[in-house]
Amino acid sequence: MSTFASSRETTEGTIYSVTGGDWDQVASEIGSAKEERVVVNMGPQHPSTHGVLRLMLELEGETITELRCGIGYLHTGIEKNTEFRTWTQGVTFVTRMDYLSPLFNETTYCLGVEKLLGITNDVPERASVIRVMMMELNRISSHMVALGTGALELGAITPMFFAFREREKVLDVFEKVSGLRMNMAYIRPGGVSQDLPEGTVSGIRELIKDLRKNFKDNAKLLIGNSIWIKRTKGVGYLDLAGCITLGVTGPVLRSTGMPWDLRKTQPYCGYENYDFDVITADTCDVYGRFLIRMQELEQSLRIIEQCCDKLDKLEGAPVMVADKKIAWPAQLSLGGDGLGNSLDHIRQIMGTSMEALIHHFKIVTEGFRVPAGQVYTPVESPRGELGAHLVSDGGTRPYRVHFRAPSFSNLQSTSAMCEGSLIADVVAAVASIDPVMGDVDR
Amino acid sequence: MSEQKGSFGIQGTGDTSGYGGLVRSSFSPTSAQKPYGSYFDEVTDELERAFPEFNDAIEKVVVDRGELTLHIKRQRLFDVAKTLRDTETLRFEVCLGVSGVHYPEDSQRELHAVYELLSMTHNRRMRLEVSAPESDPHIPSLVEVWAGTNWHEREAYDMFGIIFDGHPALTRILMPDDWPGHPQRKDYPLGGIAVEYVGATIPSPDNRRSYR
Amino acid sequence: MSGAAADWNGINKMGLEEKLPSGFLLTTVEKLAGYMRKNSLWPATFGLACCAIEMMAIGSAGKYDISRFGMEVFRASPRQADLMIVAGRVSNKMAPVVRQIYDQMAAPKWVLSMGACASSGGMFNNYAIVQGVDHIIPVDIYLPGCPPRPEMLMDAILKLHEQIGNEKLGVNRAKIVKEVEASAIAATPIHQIPVFGKQG
Repeated sequence: MSTFASSRETTEGTIYSVTGGDWDQVASEIGSAKEERVVVNMGPQHPSTHGVLRLMLELEGETITELRCGIGYLHTGIEKNTEFRTWTQGVTFVTRMDYLSPLFNETTYCLGVEKLLGITNDVPERASVIRVMMMELNRISSHMVALGTGALELGAITPMFFAFREREKVLDVFEKVSGLRMNMAYIRPGGVSQDLPEGTVSGIRELIKDLRKNFKDNAKLLIGNSIWIKRTKGVGYLDLAGCITLGVTGPVLRSTGMPWDLRKTQPYCGYENYDFDVITADTCDVYGRFLIRMQELEQSLRIIEQCCDKLDKLEGAPVMVADKKIAWPAQLSLGGDGLGNSLDHIRQIMGTSMEALIHHFKIVTEGFRVPAGQVYTPVESPRGELGAHLVSDGGTRPYRVHFRAPSFSNLQSTSAMCEGSLIADVVAAVASIDPVMGDVDR
Repeated sequence: MSEQKGSFGIQGTGDTSGYGGLVRSSFSPTSAQKPYGSYFDEVTDELERAFPEFNDAIEKVVVDRGELTLHIKRQRLFDVAKTLRDTETLRFEVCLGVSGVHYPEDSQRELHAVYELLSMTHNRRMRLEVSAPESDPHIPSLVEVWAGTNWHEREAYDMFGIIFDGHPALTRILMPDDWPGHPQRKDYPLGGIAVEYVGATIPSPDNRRSYR
Repeated sequence: MSGAAADWNGINKMGLEEKLPSGFLLTTVEKLAGYMRKNSLWPATFGLACCAIEMMAIGSAGKYDISRFGMEVFRASPRQADLMIVAGRVSNKMAPVVRQIYDQMAAPKWVLSMGACASSGGMFNNYAIVQGVDHIIPVDIYLPGCPPRPEMLMDAILKLHEQIGNEKLGVNRAKIVKEVEASAIAATPIHQIPVFGKQG
């Protein structure tokens, strides 16, 4: 069993498996071969490719002449799975697509279901404010991962520690509110699954102060850092025309100078009532996108502050739509054996109201019926425009759920960004696109 | 014994609820009448002005839940798309993606491809829908109009078997390259396995008796 | 009990395994080798989906760091790694890659299947997902959860450490491998185990 490079002949030519310590041998063999093309595979398991992404690079020296992405290594068939579950159970499936920003998946799906049901205006205001707050917190945690892993892939390890440290604080809030750190299934069609527990808003206010102070750690490390600038300035260039024709949205589009943010241009969930800026850069490169993400953190903090103020005023308001035939019935609470139906709810359905019992039974087993039709509801996720195309045939199960994943469209642009640059720049460019493979492959 | 209908006893599916007799009609969107409301009239008028064979190419205009959908004949798709992108007053520069839908009961029009369009200059959205029969699943490719549809059309091919004519490299993208069948069609099973518990097995989600 | 009793006999005729004594001397060597191996387990980066994020959290966030066990060095190259934490859902397209990475790891190696999707296919009981990574590679310890909290992953790692510390070598190992195989062949399938005394 040789530990050096083994080669085998195929119809496409010789394939070398490089295992380390044998580069001289490989280089001399390739050099003597007549074949000019060298195709290198940065395979699905790789520390720097942001998930199970396969990059096939055709090289000439260190420069890339052609780049192709191989995706599908995380294809889960989520869209087909939702066709066999009720509309509410779809939330738990859909939340695992873009696993770094699960609440955005949930929100876009629920906005779609609500549009199909026609109850978009009946969703209580407190629910919308909670949704906005949770989404902005999710934006912070997602950008933290983007910054941390992006820096890690370029060799800077400390920003990753700082980023994940702050992210833990945000995840603590998620856990307090919804019970889970990730993939919470908190936002349901009609509202949110349960109200904020005691002390959440004051806890979040403390957290904002903390985060504002600690975001400076990463900023001090990287902004203006000459090594960081050398690695990221001018790298991964994609101008406005390229972005538009490829359907690229999000920080990549905003780095070209185009201030397109769905929260401002086509607001949803009451975003028109919040005061925040759309961050753009005009350098079209990795450094610009990095700066955009850092500044969007601050904007998200502003929105969360405004949410906290609104929540204080909306104490005691409902968080689920009033129509009992749609609203998820139980208020959950922490019992002896974990999170479950609150005892008040059980007392009500068993003792007082027959209808409540029937509603609970029918909604949980059969699900509510959604009138036939199709909708497309987009939201601005940390990666770009995330949209849900939902088709209903009038039943309790979706007929077709298709997600327009921002990472899928954004990842198409790697070829345009990286051909003609060096291998090290591919890593930076892919990190700046910030693809989440669960979103790409669904 | 003579057949006994009615009242209890398992007959047919064993469904004693009585709801087994429910018939729900299949869904097909009705064409909307002018005026459509909001910016939809402007869009359709502009399109009619810019694309003279409008009535020939557009099968149906559906306005539902605040969204505009144009059902187009597949032969005309490329020209309509180009017009939508290039006309100054329309300028739908961004195509957000292609979504496939499979309607097996809609005979001769089973495979639908839905294109979401966005105009950033005018801040508008609309949708194009084309259909193709399963026996001849060809739809012209729009990669030359919007480059971003490249991977989306590959995904629609992979999942539904819609063949996009003129696509530069139509191969499978999500499933392994040699996978047989098109997973998201309605006649493709979900493919799960029965789950084993102590003493019993529960069949996979598409084989369980559940509501529709 | 698959991985611990996995038979590496074909390939470990070099190094420690071939120089083993037997009897109580073997027990001493086992204890020493187990102690050494468990305290410097290096994981291979095999994060696939959501569980990978929790694995990153355990590797880098302050509260949960695993460098207290000497495990914060996630080796990118499987040749240098001891532990493969399969974190996330394994799709049918990814399965050959998983197997290849496992094969490229040098013995001794262990596998921790993290999360419901890696252990059993999780909530995705469909055409695209391998219903449990143990269909492809032998797993030493399964960790349920969706995703499991970092504390749960740490608990699994500690239990795996215990298991590694108590592993048998040489002739003792060969004996256990035989026993496990025999019991697995003789076992009733789970869904036929009688419940409450009834025949299933």
